[in-house]
Amino acid sequence: MTELVAYLISGIALGSSFALIGSGFVVVHRVTRVVNFAQGSVAIVGGMTSATLLDGLLPHGLGEIAAVLLCGVVGLVIGLLAIGRRGTPPLISLIVTLGASMLVSAAIIWLWGQDPVAPPGLGGSVTILGAEVERQRLLVVVATGVAFAALALFFSRSYLGKGLTASASNPFAARMVGIDVRKMGLLAFGLAGILGGLAGVLIAPSNPLSFYSDLPLVLSGFAAAVFGGLTSPLRTLFGGLCLGVAGQLTAGYLNGSYQTEMALLLMLVIMIIRSRAFVQEEVK
Amino acid sequence: MLRIDDLVVRYGSAVAVDGISFEVGAGEMVALVGPNGAGKSTLINAISGLVPLHSGTVACEGRIAQVPEGRQMFADMSVEDNLLLGGWSIRNRDVGEVYDLLPDLARMRKRKAGRLSGGQQQMVAVGRALMARPDLLAIDELSLGLAPLVVAELAEHLRILSRERGTAVLLVEQEVALAFDVCPRALVLEAGRIIAAGPSVELAQSETVRKAYFGDLAVAETMTGATAPATTEVST
Repeated sequence: MTELVAYLISGIALGSSFALIGSGFVVVHRVTRVVNFAQGSVAIVGGMTSATLLDGLLPHGLGEIAAVLLCGVVGLVIGLLAIGRRGTPPLISLIVTLGASMLVSAAIIWLWGQDPVAPPGLGGSVTILGAEVERQRLLVVVATGVAFAALALFFSRSYLGKGLTASASNPFAARMVGIDVRKMGLLAFGLAGILGGLAGVLIAPSNPLSFYSDLPLVLSGFAAAVFGGLTSPLRTLFGGLCLGVAGQLTAGYLNGSYQTEMALLLMLVIMIIRSRAFVQEEVK
Repeated sequence: MLRIDDLVVRYGSAVAVDGISFEVGAGEMVALVGPNGAGKSTLINAISGLVPLHSGTVACEGRIAQVPEGRQMFADMSVEDNLLLGGWSIRNRDVGEVYDLLPDLARMRKRKAGRLSGGQQQMVAVGRALMARPDLLAIDELSLGLAPLVVAELAEHLRILSRERGTAVLLVEQEVALAFDVCPRALVLEAGRIIAAGPSVELAQSETVRKAYFGDLAVAETMTGATAPATTEVST
């Protein structure tokens, strides 16, 4: 029982970071119809930057915030590359994001090398239902909850967020009322960078990151986004949590090396089950 | 207020609007009529800045807002959010004036726009355009898919806007009788060109216009309160 609780909580923490990365996919896809495959590498930049900044340059809190903001800038630059030129088809933009991901990975190797890096996180642990749980993992869950609540408030309450939602809902009508849909797309890329960076900053203390982490992160994040139909941040959160828990249970009771395969398998199952819904959403 | 000079709009090699020139005065209501494919919607989109001009000029002393064909709602957003977004370009977040003019919108302000009837959505589209405090309201197909009573109500709102607020109205409309009834002046388009222009009453009586574009529609008979002259003179 204790073992199960530990796996569940660490799964929820890991799944939270998948959900953050996945919601970045959703935010960009809703507005631009582009799948941004550079999301994973941006998360790694977040984790590694926070490790550098927290190594005597900035105190806790400021270091993490600065790393997340930097990821927002990186996301914006990727957006400029992907959709900066007017009329770029989404498929071409997708390929540009793949290229950007490789560039970012090269930069990661150049700046931080190939070894995994882990910034200092919250030390210590607490006991929940008999299971020892790292405080850092609880921080990931709480911070993800706050991030999703802030995201929901941003989209539903702020004028800018409503502009983003309108651009996603009906780009023609958005242009008609004077919204610059391309700028909204760039804003979405920046926001996705912040979400990816936050995921990296939160996950890195418990799961050291290297450029090799890109594929598992991007696959898991994309699988969570697919669960949300690439349109719903809330369903993406749920999908991320399912993936995280399934991955941790697989690692705990079967074999740790099957985690990525589990994400892939779940993504395939979800895509097959939800294929009709995807078509309907595209038509809509 | 609005001056169009030798406007040409192309889609690739196809010419959609071919050298059109006309003016609309402040508070004036002008109808754009013509068969499908005449270039009416392209013209109105070009005036609103949604379609790039190939050549010619569009000069407007004031703001232009459009009520598009098919309403084009932000379907998952509330009526009030749709209205608020209408004021995006001028950061206008006061929906009070629109509610004063269209009180029905105040009653449905929390409802999702995508769940409204066609008439209600058209009213939202008009209200959303008004949020930009336009000097010219460009309307593409006011009556499309709506019941006559709803259309009559919307038309009355447009007359009030023009009369009381001095808002000019450019109305693209398939229902010729309605267009001529609402707008004292009209332009008839065919293949991207203006082939007739003048007072609606006179155009309604023009045999050329009636036979070429409206078949056997008894336009004049359906116009309410219009008294046609014995002879007509239609400028081309």
